[in-house]
Amino acid sequence: MADASSTVLTTADGRPLKAALATALVRAKRRAFLLVLPLLLFVLLTFLVPIGYMLKRSFEHDGFTASAPALVEWFAAHPDFDPANPPEEAFAALTQDLARMQVEKTTGIAGTRINYSVPGTISLFKKGAREAKDMTPPYREALVALDAAWGTPVLWRGMQSAASTYTPEFYYVASDMKLTDSGWQRGGDKERIYLYLFGKTFLVSGIITVLCLLLAFPVSHLLATLPMRKSSLLMILVLLPFWTSLLVRTTTWIALLQEQGVVNDLLVNLGLLSDNGRLRMMYNMTGTIVAMTHVLLPFMILPLYSVMRVIPPSYARAARSLGATSWTTFRRVYLPQTLPGIAAGSLLVFILAVGYYITPALVGGADGQLISNLISFHMSKSNWSLAAAIAAMLLAAILLLYWLYDRLIGIDRLKLG
Amino acid sequence: MKRILILSTALTGLAFAAQASDLTVMSWGGAYGAAQTEAFVKPFTAATGKPAVMVDSDNPAPAIKAMVEAGNVTVDVASVEYADAIRLCDEGVLEPIDAAALPAGADGTPAADDFLAGAVTECGVSTDIWANVFAYDTTKFPEGPTTVADFFDLEKFPGKRGLRKGAKAVLELALMGDGVPAAEVYSVLGTPEGVDRAFAKLDTIKSEVVWWEAGAQAPQLLADGEVAMTTAYNGRIFAAAQNEGKPFQIVWDGQIYENEMFVVPKGAPNLADAMEFVQFATSTEGLRASAQQISYGPARKSSMKEELIFKDGKTVMAPHLPTAPENLANALETSSEFWVDHDAELNERFQAWLSQ
Repeated sequence: MADASSTVLTTADGRPLKAALATALVRAKRRAFLLVLPLLLFVLLTFLVPIGYMLKRSFEHDGFTASAPALVEWFAAHPDFDPANPPEEAFAALTQDLARMQVEKTTGIAGTRINYSVPGTISLFKKGAREAKDMTPPYREALVALDAAWGTPVLWRGMQSAASTYTPEFYYVASDMKLTDSGWQRGGDKERIYLYLFGKTFLVSGIITVLCLLLAFPVSHLLATLPMRKSSLLMILVLLPFWTSLLVRTTTWIALLQEQGVVNDLLVNLGLLSDNGRLRMMYNMTGTIVAMTHVLLPFMILPLYSVMRVIPPSYARAARSLGATSWTTFRRVYLPQTLPGIAAGSLLVFILAVGYYITPALVGGADGQLISNLISFHMSKSNWSLAAAIAAMLLAAILLLYWLYDRLIGIDRLKLG
Repeated sequence: MKRILILSTALTGLAFAAQASDLTVMSWGGAYGAAQTEAFVKPFTAATGKPAVMVDSDNPAPAIKAMVEAGNVTVDVASVEYADAIRLCDEGVLEPIDAAALPAGADGTPAADDFLAGAVTECGVSTDIWANVFAYDTTKFPEGPTTVADFFDLEKFPGKRGLRKGAKAVLELALMGDGVPAAEVYSVLGTPEGVDRAFAKLDTIKSEVVWWEAGAQAPQLLADGEVAMTTAYNGRIFAAAQNEGKPFQIVWDGQIYENEMFVVPKGAPNLADAMEFVQFATSTEGLRASAQQISYGPARKSSMKEELIFKDGKTVMAPHLPTAPENLANALETSSEFWVDHDAELNERFQAWLSQ
């Protein structure tokens, strides 16, 4: 073995085999990486970057910091000032900034930023900015004479909070907190909405997931056990609605379930209902649950089907031949084997349901709203930071559920097909 | 492979270049979008030879804001609500419009005097004045409701009510229904007690309300018999009554009207053409053409000099416009200042109230 070095295996061109193999391996790896590179870049660009940008957006807003430099500087130097009684120099800095905003036309941006926590400030800023350049000391009296709101503690707290580009403020608002004269406090009974809707969204999504499971399980079983020709036909019946536009399916439910709709007309004509006793099945929570369950059903059927298809029927037969009742066979032999499909389908349906907003917006009426409808509302009103904060909370809640799921069931047991 | 890449890139580039040459106008779709296509877009192409297309949106304001923020603006002109025209302008999302370049009226009146007060702002020019009104089916109520208080009177006029899901125009309607004169609505609504009062009034009909969101839904609810009366944009009810012969009647008492604005987003691909389009559309003739398509009032005095006739050739438009004197007897102009300030706050309250 002493002359082992002299018996190194070499390739035909004289290179050591080990090195040649390593080079080939690296090349293969590089080629494999190049093959997945498009997908990697795609995921990065269309998924991770936007989510990162959204998270950044949820605690970043420079609307005030960029347009009120003097006041920002003053706030930085006096972090412990008394909002109830800001000194004259603070008012001087404010007046200076207001005059500057008027010149640079940034009043709207700055006012909008403060308006997020102190409603009514946009017009206050506009009015102040118009007059600012003609104001003379003492500025406090001048501003308060223009509008008493300039002296309120809540406004100064709002401006102080907005004076840093990064702020948790949007998360406070998304947790039903209100800025008051004495700081952030829980909103009044008539104003709290977000946490309630979070809870409701998860509850409704849970109900929809359970309903989907109950409806999908027998269908998937039938699909998996019927002879090929019949199951293909059944599969088409499942897939046809899946391929139909979401809006078409939602409006179809409206046509069916509304008070003057097909179902109610039928029941009235059959004499089962009086004309005044028509059922209210649309524009409420019932409508949302019915329509969303229908829309999401294929997402439960398909994973269940793919799992059930590969369960050998001999297991159930063996159980029966060993004396198990049909219920025991189902519970102890068949059901456990479908668990990966149940888990995958439930996770899919639940996560899709949590983020749904078109269907609840169309059929939800007054009490069928979900949290995503508020995200869409704030998007449309240009308060993207608040929308981002609510969305981030939703994302965090789902990640938490995902983690729980991993701990309790195990993500490796998930089977999509 | 390389050749294919270059070829496809070049083709994509060409496709974008071809798209970029068309002037793109974004509006609200439905009867309104169709009217603007007939009144503005087609005549513009006919007069200037420049191709122009109309695209629909549920609400163009957030769409153009998103485009400007993303730096990928594909729309040249957008039709937005008055408060949005002001808000987006403040946020620097819109191109300023040179008011001096707007054409004089057909009778020679300078544009500044020809437009109604408030119709031209820093970044927008009014295309029409539209109103939130309520309407009912005459076959249901032969002796129909006549005042805004009747909308809230479930005993005299039983049946479901359609309302737009949102605080704006609904809270004002509630206060007027509760007897607040139009002139005092915003000062009342500016106080916490006033807001409580509006919601208390809405509480009286809450169980009977069907909420709608898209403008086209309101006439549909009425046509389906889902509601006995509903608030709606007046032009949609007019279109349903005229074009489809629906037995709908508008109640003008308590109408809430505002200007609809054409704006140009910052970074519009055809900026010069966009400005030309805005000037073309808001000329005396442009506004006349629009008011002959749908019952929204023109914002120029010169457009109303001659009688406006609907496109069917016989219906006189004047009594169907929000700006008709008899329709303005008890009318409220939306305060954009109030809503810019309180939109978010009152909508949160509204959503909380809805889910209670």
